[in-house]
Amino acid sequence: MRRLPKRRAVPRTAVRRPLTALAAGYLVLLALGAVLAPVLTPYDPAATDLDAVLSGPTAAHPLGTDGLGRDVAARLLYGGRISLADAAVAVLTVLVAGAGTGVAAGFLGGLPDRVFTWVTDVMLAIPVLVTLLVVLAVVGDHRIAVMVALGILMSPGLARVVRGAALTVRNEPYIAAARVSGLPDRHILVRHVLPRVAGPLIVQISLLSGGALLIDAGLGYLGFGARPPAPAWGSMIAEASAVIGRQPWLLVPPGTVLALAILAFGVLGDTVRDAAAAPAERVPSPPRRRHRTPAAAASAPDAPSTALLSLRDVSVGLPAGRGTTTVVEDLTLHVDRGETVGLVGESGCGKSVTARAVLGLVPAGGRITSGTVRFDGLDLTALDPAALRALRGRRIAMISQDPLAGLDPLWTAGDQVGELVRRHHGGTRAAVRGRALDLLRTAGLPEPERAAARYPHELSGGTAQRVGIAMALAGEPDLLIADEPTTALDVTVQAAILGLLRRLQAERGMAILLISHDWDVVAAMCRRAYVMYAGQAVETGPLPDLLERPRHPYTAGLLGAMPRRARRGEHLAAIPGAVPDPAHRPPGCRFAPRCRLATAGCREAPIPVVEAAPGHHTRCVHHESA
Amino acid sequence: MTRLIARRLLVSGLLVGVVSLLTFLLQAAAPGDTARTILGDHYSPAAYARLHRELGLDEPVLTRYGHWLAHALRGDLGTSPVSGLDVTAQIASRLPVTLSLTVGATAATALAGVALGVLSAVRGGRLGRAFDVLALAGYALPNFWLALVLVTLFAVTFPLFPATGYVPLEDDPGGWARGLVLPVTTLALPGTAVFAKQTRDAMLAALSRDFVTALRANGASERSIVLRHALRNAGVPVVTLVGLTFIGLLSGTVFVEAVFAMPGLGGLAVQATGQHDVPTIQGVVIVFTLAVVTVNLAADLAYGWLDPKVRSA
Ligand code: SF4
Repeated sequence: MRRLPKRRAVPRTAVRRPLTALAAGYLVLLALGAVLAPVLTPYDPAATDLDAVLSGPTAAHPLGTDGLGRDVAARLLYGGRISLADAAVAVLTVLVAGAGTGVAAGFLGGLPDRVFTWVTDVMLAIPVLVTLLVVLAVVGDHRIAVMVALGILMSPGLARVVRGAALTVRNEPYIAAARVSGLPDRHILVRHVLPRVAGPLIVQISLLSGGALLIDAGLGYLGFGARPPAPAWGSMIAEASAVIGRQPWLLVPPGTVLALAILAFGVLGDTVRDAAAAPAERVPSPPRRRHRTPAAAASAPDAPSTALLSLRDVSVGLPAGRGTTTVVEDLTLHVDRGETVGLVGESGCGKSVTARAVLGLVPAGGRITSGTVRFDGLDLTALDPAALRALRGRRIAMISQDPLAGLDPLWTAGDQVGELVRRHHGGTRAAVRGRALDLLRTAGLPEPERAAARYPHELSGGTAQRVGIAMALAGEPDLLIADEPTTALDVTVQAAILGLLRRLQAERGMAILLISHDWDVVAAMCRRAYVMYAGQAVETGPLPDLLERPRHPYTAGLLGAMPRRARRGEHLAAIPGAVPDPAHRPPGCRFAPRCRLATAGCREAPIPVVEAAPGHHTRCVHHESA
Repeated sequence: MTRLIARRLLVSGLLVGVVSLLTFLLQAAAPGDTARTILGDHYSPAAYARLHRELGLDEPVLTRYGHWLAHALRGDLGTSPVSGLDVTAQIASRLPVTLSLTVGATAATALAGVALGVLSAVRGGRLGRAFDVLALAGYALPNFWLALVLVTLFAVTFPLFPATGYVPLEDDPGGWARGLVLPVTTLALPGTAVFAKQTRDAMLAALSRDFVTALRANGASERSIVLRHALRNAGVPVVTLVGLTFIGLLSGTVFVEAVFAMPGLGGLAVQATGQHDVPTIQGVVIVFTLAVVTVNLAADLAYGWLDPKVRSA
């Protein structure tokens, strides 16, 4: 028997409702057909007619006749009585045996639950079909007994699901409170547990119904079904197989009826599951307005033509619902050769998306919707994917936010560095290994052999980040994008990694685009920084200036918060409120709802960028007082 | 790892014991016993009593189970009261048939499923939806019916493959392979779409992990990312699926052997069921349970091989 699966096999929602109605309708028709068989067909399902053997579909016999001249349509209708009744017995047994024990185990917990778990574990390892054959061998023709046995054998799966649901309910605070306050268990079971268990129960029951039908038909096919000449779907297939050479058509009616019934049960189960799993109907997001600031006014200072990396008016869209959301808007920035530039802001401001966009790795279906990204004279937005790929690692590399998640858990550190060395430089095994070890040493691992032999789960965060840095250095890039390289690390390790990055940068003349929300890190590393808020660069300037005399209230707020120890995603105490969701950005200054200097003028139209001091630009009308 | 295996072995042994006890009790509780099966419909009470005693049926059921277990542990599963044949020998002679079928079909399902799943994870879109529909069809079609359709098409209408029978591998490898084509296809076809679907899901999950971005950003080749990294990380769910497929197919062979008249364990079980030959079918149950337990154990070992974290545990 194919194991009854927890599959979601039904195509998506568009076809779901009509399909569900169709499935339910089909099953109702089958049941009605079985009950009303004597009214629906003039034929006796057992009446043979040797003059009309194997007739194929005719006017008198719409589905043809079988090897004894019996009407196939009549046999199918009457057969439903046996097949559906058998399945019903099995499913009722599952319901009693499985749901009862499952609820009890989940609700009582403790010893009963442990016994339950143990018993279901054992039962799940019992091969259902052959054990059923043992039962058949022992009890013989007692169809009800066989179907009850089938129900018991099939029950552990359902029992587990039910137990899980009951357990969840039991652990909810209000239930615990109800029990403490002395509400009777029976009441809790009926009012609270049953409704919650009902969904998974219905899903399981419909899947099991299909399974029971299938096994019943199988037994019928093997000759362990209802006694001939009583018709059942499985035995009809067996009879058809005997005359397969002469009238293959006979396979079609019972096979189709059976397969459609199993399918219908599957569809029903899936629908119920999806209905139970679906969150409340999603609120349609309002139409998104694009506030495209006039380009001339928006553009921050032009990048010098010598810049290694320059982004000009870059917007990045990510798919959201039916449309796209612009998460980065008209961003202009540049990084010179050998320069370390900071990109600062709270989480959700578009920093990481910017980093990904530079690498051509905008996540999940997103893309650069406008603007240009130039790297060393190349227009990256115009480059084909292969050329872009050739650039990664060799010219631009990246180290990740979470050093451990940035390594493949199934390969050693040495394997992973080695793979990139081989990719970028080739060479013999020994050469690759030697170079990989050199890189690990360069990344500050004094015993590279030991580190190389380790798997990621055996590494500390700091060591993992050094491995990540070694991987990024494998292609000797000109630009390193470091996305919150130290956020996940301890403070002392942070300092060491920053020291390493500074050293590498000095030794190799490598430029670094450092993404961070931590001013300490930025102050320690960068000559210039960009402050991003809600997808825009709101302020940029040289470094001590930016700290000492911020020209944007957001920068000032961030500095006031100075999250020396703050973890990513934590709110910065000094600025009330949160970064607006990209779909609901305010029309004027995006910071206005959180800004203590906001005036009516701030809220009207997009704010242009102004040069507040030489080389120091801000997107604020009140920058003098910021 | 060693401790993990030791514990799993212990649990597995216990499990086989419990299953065998359950089937034994079931048989003991049944109306009509082996003595009656042997004697047929007409017998004298005296003859019945004598046979009853000779077979040890008057001893308490647990004692009888103890005897049976002691023999079973030495590989002796008893004698069929119907045919008088040794159960272990019968099973041993039929095992190769069932193993050819299940191993062949599992391999076919897994290979095709992984290949298609990886392809659809990388190429995306339409292929995935096709699997949804096919998986649904595979779920709903009874395999004996599918087998009959295949026979009608490829053995009767176009006689490309034999419709029935089994040729032992050592007699004629070509004939063995030809005879397996239709039954293995029958067994493998429904599961392949499901396998592909789940492989695709596992692949997509693996491909969305951070290290994939890091590898891409640092210039690893797409080929290596898909095959060396994502596929290997998708390995654990895939291995689980291989185990489940094998176990599912084991039951499937009961029907498929019947359709193709193959002398395997399924056929033996069906025949024994018809003859109320309990010791034989009990032997088959034990072998099937052992197979289930072995496959689960193999899957555990495979997890260890795949995942260094488990390996060092
Ligand atoms: S433009 Fe107005 S609201 Fe925006 S940051 Fe400046 S002062 Fe605040």
